[in-house]
Amino acid sequence: GSSATPCASCKLLRRRCTRDCVFAPYFPPEDPHRFATVHRVFGASNVSKMLQELPAAQRADAVSSLVYEATARMRDPVYGCAGAISYLQQQVSQLQVQLAVAQAEILQRINHPSPCLCFCNFLKIGKLRRKL
Amino acid sequence: MSTAPASNDVEPEVLEEEEEEGGGGNPRRCAACKYLRRRCGHGCVLAPYFPASRPRRYANVHRVFGASNVARLLQSLPVEERAQAAETMAMEAQWRVGDPVYGCAGVINRLQEEILATQCELARTRAQLAIVVAHGAQQAPPSAAPPPAHSPLPAGGHRVAGMQRQGEQQDVPPDGPFIDPEEFLDLDGF
Repeated sequence: GSSATPCASCKLLRRRCTRDCVFAPYFPPEDPHRFATVHRVFGASNVSKMLQELPAAQRADAVSSLVYEATARMRDPVYGCAGAISYLQQQVSQLQVQLAVAQAEILQRINHPSPCLCFCNFLKIGKLRRKL
Repeated sequence: MSTAPASNDVEPEVLEEEEEEGGGGNPRRCAACKYLRRRCGHGCVLAPYFPASRPRRYANVHRVFGASNVARLLQSLPVEERAQAAETMAMEAQWRVGDPVYGCAGVINRLQEEILATQCELARTRAQLAIVVAHGAQQAPPSAAPPPAHSPLPAGGHRVAGMQRQGEQQDVPPDGPFIDPEEFLDLDGF
């Protein structure tokens, strides 16, 4: 027979929540908003298909990431998750530049350990010129 | 958030031959209408953003979001924002197809890990730099290396009694283009 309380998906879709309902383990009735969001962005049949194509052990993670992605898309219909990804990619680039700068400065200081030696270089050039 | 992120389109987009199917009266069907095997009218919402030349791009979007969801989302947006929305949806669909469990959330996780790792390395590098700087500040000019009778480098420079000329100074080896410190101090060379 069907479960006593239909899961959030079957409640929204107004259908019988059977024992092997693919949504039931991941969309408990206490949180209807979660399924509503995923349904709005991806559609119930797409989500069902995606879940069925995965081994059961991975479905919980898949649902979490779909909920995350759908929530992002509803908050920002133009960029969705891609906005956050763009921002993070920029952060990575900036950090890599800062890292390269710091590494270059270490090399610079190791190769030119003291400013007075650079000063000596000028004098050396001047001295050579006089000798010639 | 004004630019779309970089994405790696791994598989090449193939230009398909035009199909002569029922409903193919319009010779310029967009990728969506070709996929759905329907007529692509002038008012097709998806046509501007899913050209026939990129069939896999639409196929991914269709698989992940579904045709009606895509159309509905685009129609809910002002026209000037639809291209960007279509592009980000295509990218998210591609990530999801590439990683069916985590999709773009996986990309975000990896980026956050990379940020943490790079921040650690940056902190470590800056600490090393601080050591190098402190060491450099402690280093007296080259006169510190030879015997203690050696005077520091004065502005005018004067020869210290008992010091040997260049070639006999072993403690401070010649350092590439840098002048030998004894030669510098030896103003008799002028």
